Amino acid sequence: MALWRPDPSFYASPRDAATAPPERLAYVAAFDRSATRPDAIAVVDTDPASADFGRVVGWTDLPYTGDELHHFGWNACSSALCPTAPHPHVERRYLIVPGLRSSRVYVLDTKDDPRSPVVTKVLPASELAERAGYSRPHTVHCGPDGIYLSALGGAGPDEGPGGIAVLDHTTFDVRGAWEADRGPQFLAYDFWWHLTQDVLVTSEWGTPSMIEDGIVPELLLGRKYGHALHFWDLRRRRHVQRVDLGDRYQMPLELRPAHDPTRRYGFVGVVISVEDLSASVWVWHHSGNEWAVTKVIDIPAEPADPALLPPALQPFGAVPPLVTDIDLSVDDRWLYVSCWGTGELKRYDVSDPFHPVEAGSVHLGGIVRRAAHPSFPDERLAGGPQMVEVSRDGRRVYVTNSLYGAWDDQFYPAGVGAWQALVHAGDSLVLDERFFPHGDDFRGLRVHQTRLQGGDASSDSYCFP
Amino acid sequence: MTLLALAALGVFHGLNPAMGWLFAVARGLQERSRRALLLSLPPIAAGHLASVAVVAALVVASRSVVATRWVAIGGGVVLVGFGLWRALSRRHFRWAGMRLSLPELAGWSFLMSSAHGAGLMLLPVLATAPVGGGHAEHGVAAVGGDALTGLAAAGIHTVAMFGAAGVVAVVVYEVAGLRVLRTAWFNLDRLWAGVLIAAGLLTIAVA
Repeated sequence: MALWRPDPSFYASPRDAATAPPERLAYVAAFDRSATRPDAIAVVDTDPASADFGRVVGWTDLPYTGDELHHFGWNACSSALCPTAPHPHVERRYLIVPGLRSSRVYVLDTKDDPRSPVVTKVLPASELAERAGYSRPHTVHCGPDGIYLSALGGAGPDEGPGGIAVLDHTTFDVRGAWEADRGPQFLAYDFWWHLTQDVLVTSEWGTPSMIEDGIVPELLLGRKYGHALHFWDLRRRRHVQRVDLGDRYQMPLELRPAHDPTRRYGFVGVVISVEDLSASVWVWHHSGNEWAVTKVIDIPAEPADPALLPPALQPFGAVPPLVTDIDLSVDDRWLYVSCWGTGELKRYDVSDPFHPVEAGSVHLGGIVRRAAHPSFPDERLAGGPQMVEVSRDGRRVYVTNSLYGAWDDQFYPAGVGAWQALVHAGDSLVLDERFFPHGDDFRGLRVHQTRLQGGDASSDSYCFP
Repeated sequence: MTLLALAALGVFHGLNPAMGWLFAVARGLQERSRRALLLSLPPIAAGHLASVAVVAALVVASRSVVATRWVAIGGGVVLVGFGLWRALSRRHFRWAGMRLSLPELAGWSFLMSSAHGAGLMLLPVLATAPVGGGHAEHGVAAVGGDALTGLAAAGIHTVAMFGAAGVVAVVVYEVAGLRVLRTAWFNLDRLWAGVLIAAGLLTIAVA
């Protein structure tokens, strides 16, 4: 049902969005590694005035097993105000939740009881395969003309190419593959866009067989995982340019374009350099008539006693930082970088995107460090800050600790556990001692992406500066 | 009376953000230039004019050769149907691009106006307007004059639309800011559909 006034969670500009009220609830993807119990969307109370602050207050089991929930997104967001096809009276109420392993896509309605979302639609894997030719759906973004969904694999036995499917805004049916001409692109992972400039950007991970049973050392050392970005004409749906980071830089994953629609740059995190196990963050930019990428942050591996390392890392005697997620605040000032291997969340001031300045850090977990949360100082945490989400006002940062089932097991073979933490972002980064749902709170499931009620720093794009 | 109705509908169309003023504001903000905003308005108006003129020309042309009454009734039925479709359908216009040249912008405006039935909404006014010079029965010779009347009607309508869109665009760009959208942007789609249906019923009633 359409609204009479625009959905209050839509903002014309990032400047306005930064004035949004604080979120009261967070939605967290939780999955069962054994694939014997259903995955779930957990709902966490984020209202500090509530008696249940920091607790799991809602739980929606999915109807099937083996999905491996990972990333998800809203059906509609601030892009509904974009002037080419404005439709601001739709509601931000459905979560579009893909199963990365099962290739199913769920639609959950959060409206009637936001603490208890209801599954209203299930797209079987065959729908994505038959209509778009894809599998292993990953990133969801609400576009001005439909819901865009990236996918890592091809249909059926096809490893690829991965790409983007477009879902209908209202029925959520798969309309088809987005690409009119994919050029040399084969590997897929994340995507986002410069909406007002008709530019779409995609990154590369690996095909299903390269990731689903864990990271394959021979492929990694053979530099076979993705190492390039692709730039596309969003309007004509055509590949424009492939920019190679160099094959030592394996797995450029999360893409965070500037929210300011008049700017044309963004950040991408690279998981690992095969030469020294370092991680890095790069900025893409448009210079002359071409796209280019420049490395702006280098995070070195930390030497460690091999006895403390999982078998995969023992030959190297070091812990790689493994930058697996990054997030850019809505005002484009702060970049948060998850170092899942070393168990650290770093913050950089990126007011000048080419010269980031480190401005704060928090340790939690880590392969060797196993840093504890201040509210449970005796509990050595496994996993590390992984998925990171920033509130629209930029004051709160939420992290969860699981990366991807098979990869968790390799880097944290004794068990990765499950936890979510809240970091207050002021002059420095401070962990909230009242907010630490973990362990049994998540009923034995692992937790991945967090989405904040009303939107967050990686959910919305804006058409006005 | 006819002129007033045409102008009033023009203002109504001009106020709708989907008809172009919002796009003009976006282009101005993107370039940080009021000039970019102002330059966007004429192509938007031209596209709207073209969309409306097609309907006006059809009405005038058909009026010269077939019975006015049946054209009006047929047109009214189409209008009611279109209005109901607008009211009940939840689809919206699809167009991916933001960086359009001025001719492309005119094309966008033409498609946007046509998809919203902007020209159709003028049907009751066009169908009942006094025929120019009162020589409708004079056959082919009359078509030229009537077509002019139809075009004039579309022109008057578009001037009003252009004026309203221009005023809103400049006020939002210079003074009010886009935050006003959050409270002031009523769901015109419903009102729009209602007006279409009412226009269709009116056309049938007076036919």
